[in-house]
Amino acid sequence: MSLAQPESIEDLKARNKALIKEVLEVYPEKTAKRRAKHLGTFEDGKPDCGVKSNIKSIPGVMTIRGCAYAGSKGVVWGPIKDMIHISHGPVGCGQYSWASRRNYYIGVTGIDTFGTMQFTSDFQEKDIVFGGDKKLAKLIDEIQELFPLNKGISVQSECPIGLIGDDIEAVSKAKTKEYNGHTIVPVRCEGFRGVSQSLGHHLANDAIRDWVFDKMEGKPALFEATPYDVAIIGDYNIGGDAWSSRILLEEMGLRVVAQWSGDGTIAELEATPRAKLNVLHCYRSMNYISRHMEEKYGVPWVEYNFFGPSKIEESLRKIASHFDDKIKEGAERVIAKYRPLMDAVIAKYRPRLEGKKVMLFVGGLRPRHVIGAYEDLGMEIVGTGYEFGHNDDYQRTTHYVKDGTLIYDDVTGYEFEKFVEKIQPDLVGSGIKEKYVFQKMGVPFRQMHSWDYSGPYHGYDGFAIFARDMDMAINSPVWKFAKAPWAA
Amino acid sequence: MPQNADNVLDHFNLFRQPEYLEMFEKKKKEFENHHPDAEVERVREWAKTKEYQEKNFAREALTVNPAKACQPLGAVFASLGFEQTIPFVHGSQGCVAYYRSHFSRHFKEPTSCVSSSMTEDAAVFGGLNNMIDGLANTYNMYKPKMISVSTTCMAEVIGDDLNAFIKTSKEKGSVPADYDVPFAHTPAFVGSHVTGYDNVMKGIVEHFWNGKAGTAPKLERVPNNSINFIGGFDGYVVGNIREVKRMFDSMGVEYTIFGDPSDVWDTPTDGEFRMYDGGTKLEDAANAINAKATFSMQHFSTEKTLPLIAASGQETYSFHHPIGVRATDEFLMKVSEVTGKPISKELTRERGRLVDAIADSSAHLHGKRFAIYGDPDLCYGLSAFLMELGAEPITVLASNGGKVWEEKMNELFASSPFGKNCTAYPGKDLWHMRSLLFTEPVDFLIGNTYGKYLERDTGTPLIRIGFPVFDRHHYHRYPVWGYQGGLNVLVWLLDKVFDEIDRNTNVVAKSDYSFDIIR
Repeated sequence: MSLAQPESIEDLKARNKALIKEVLEVYPEKTAKRRAKHLGTFEDGKPDCGVKSNIKSIPGVMTIRGCAYAGSKGVVWGPIKDMIHISHGPVGCGQYSWASRRNYYIGVTGIDTFGTMQFTSDFQEKDIVFGGDKKLAKLIDEIQELFPLNKGISVQSECPIGLIGDDIEAVSKAKTKEYNGHTIVPVRCEGFRGVSQSLGHHLANDAIRDWVFDKMEGKPALFEATPYDVAIIGDYNIGGDAWSSRILLEEMGLRVVAQWSGDGTIAELEATPRAKLNVLHCYRSMNYISRHMEEKYGVPWVEYNFFGPSKIEESLRKIASHFDDKIKEGAERVIAKYRPLMDAVIAKYRPRLEGKKVMLFVGGLRPRHVIGAYEDLGMEIVGTGYEFGHNDDYQRTTHYVKDGTLIYDDVTGYEFEKFVEKIQPDLVGSGIKEKYVFQKMGVPFRQMHSWDYSGPYHGYDGFAIFARDMDMAINSPVWKFAKAPWAA
Repeated sequence: MPQNADNVLDHFNLFRQPEYLEMFEKKKKEFENHHPDAEVERVREWAKTKEYQEKNFAREALTVNPAKACQPLGAVFASLGFEQTIPFVHGSQGCVAYYRSHFSRHFKEPTSCVSSSMTEDAAVFGGLNNMIDGLANTYNMYKPKMISVSTTCMAEVIGDDLNAFIKTSKEKGSVPADYDVPFAHTPAFVGSHVTGYDNVMKGIVEHFWNGKAGTAPKLERVPNNSINFIGGFDGYVVGNIREVKRMFDSMGVEYTIFGDPSDVWDTPTDGEFRMYDGGTKLEDAANAINAKATFSMQHFSTEKTLPLIAASGQETYSFHHPIGVRATDEFLMKVSEVTGKPISKELTRERGRLVDAIADSSAHLHGKRFAIYGDPDLCYGLSAFLMELGAEPITVLASNGGKVWEEKMNELFASSPFGKNCTAYPGKDLWHMRSLLFTEPVDFLIGNTYGKYLERDTGTPLIRIGFPVFDRHHYHRYPVWGYQGGLNVLVWLLDKVFDEIDRNTNVVAKSDYSFDIIR
């Protein structure tokens, strides 16, 4: 039995077991015990993937995870385009997360939209010693003067804020009053809180609840409601994803009144509690506020998946099932309209990708959501894992993965290298920190956070690009040159 | 339907199709509650005015689009310059994900670095246990020869004591007692990435030369004729360090590159991932105490390191990122003077070739006005080179430059008629630069990738020289130091100049009489 090509499911499971045992051998005993809980093999019929998750990363192992600030500023709030998001604290965090997530938007940057800008309080030693609240107050005044068209401000806390006892809530309240109810949102997303980006998403969701929803009661609606109003929740418009999704919802007869948060505005956030249905793409980062809107405003929510024609078709019908026949017919019409395109894409690319094995390690929803898109192209997922998933993510994953799939939660650099070395997949889909490691090894790679600067990947239009890109990665002539002809 | 399997449209063209344009228009009109277009236009114009600039320059609390990063980034850069060394950053883990991403986006290479992953409990009780476990895990998993410790702002705010923590970790058996764990406190709220580089280099010198935190005898200096070379924080490190080695070799100089990440950020694709490659050997780092002198290519990257080296009895010399003929002359003459090795014929020929190239092309650069931003030493080196080419560095801005840098820049400007109309802006950011580009227009802008927003907003053509460069590939593989490096910079400048000339002369029957094939 070769490690890379097990003959049967039993062989596969035995191989995974041996592989996990092997990687654990390198750790000190205490660490090995802790890591063992995060590595496993999916067994058909089990309610989850058999791994523990959402637990503190172990010091010194090279986790791939980020922090709460990355989850709040970098993911949830940052894309709201007509607000100014202050990276409150030292200069670095804002710098490293400046415009790197490709949350596309349309607007005049620096005048009425601010997505690809880096606003920071650039803390100096004196701010740490004497506190930064006065500076924050002054900074908000300066924003109001220099960027008069901003529709709101958020304060994204970096580590020191919570440690030095600043009261950003008091500053925000005072300034909201001073500027006639201007939206100012303090977020306590210091990087040391929680175990990963995930708490940052949750804190950011809570801040929308407390500082946007709770403060807008009595504000007039911008538009007349219709029975077909929906909001897209949890699409960050990476490479235009939300756009290639929105177009399908509109084509089936729905009216998209808001996008969260890619290409989003404060007005769209405020309109969302009036929607008839929230459609949720990234469950991990936005389920909190979706649940809240269901409880408080009675807006139901439904999860959907717009990666690849099989899942798109399923999702369109699922969304339509919440509406009348007009929309159900609309969904069928859209499915039929795009089928020839999908058939053509699959006819072109599937023969070039059939049977190729993929290992994934990503964040949010992608470790499960993209599996269908790969399978539509005849590819197979042999390993997957979440950077910051919770148990409910691993439960949902059971509907996607095959018996015997290797599962690794919060994988360490060492484990991931070893797994790929032994399993020899044809493609790895992970992030920028992993990309060049595997390419050195001669393994084709696509970044599955930023779409490797391509995209969109969502929707029917996006699937054509996804297929093209996977072909481009796997069938690039470059991999033939990795070994010199004279090397043994 | 715009999408087509035979001609797949991605974001570049997909969203320009009528279906999408209509969708955008509708979204804006019905749901965005946007400002009237006329109001947006009014503010857009106002933001170009002198009046706006005055308000902009009156800012005291707000920083917008700074051209600097935090100390820990430079710390990681410095740590990666040593053989089989893992940078270990004590504090919150998200920071490390950021440093690794940032470097990987610039170099298009892996960047290995670990975190002690401190969370709320460590914020309350301190991060000692994270250090104890972290060092043990890193040591066992990645088998480094050295673990170089620096901090994030979280660890600094709560006041963790690295020296004590490392001692305790060794007592607890995380790593052997005689294992090298140099350390540096690198608070993100002091200085910039350049400061962090300096602190770690100082920490490594301190560790190897002054008794390894009390675990070994201090080294006795036995002077020899070699020199040490420190490059500083440098986005071109891969090309530059190799060029420096080549120049030293050609002169027969005995040298130690003190801090050399040029191999680890340039490993081959041949089927193997090398977590470690090249770097300054640890014994060479220790033996560097015996050198006759230490040369720093970037004064502001080594403000603390050089005095510590000088305290050992060595001569120290620092430069400001020398670019071009005169700056390279001065550097090589000093190396020659200190080592007694004559400047080689080969280098003299190269010098002549660079002068030849400048003579061939300077007409296209003479009198051109430039704005530059970046790290203090880089700004200085580029300004000096531009003046050498007969160009004027009108606006020079360093977010992490201070009073001393400003004085040095003014001295430089005063040294040449081409510096007469030039101003240095210490501590300012790219939103200040934006105002300046509107009110005092220049022909070209030199800066890192973030300058593309300035290029878009002000119409000033951008030449990418600096760090980070994310949206162009492989610049870092080319030197900008030495005569060869000067030639590279010259070509980059000229390419942009010629592209602009062509862009301005390509309208048929309007301007294309100047669309010459010979320039």
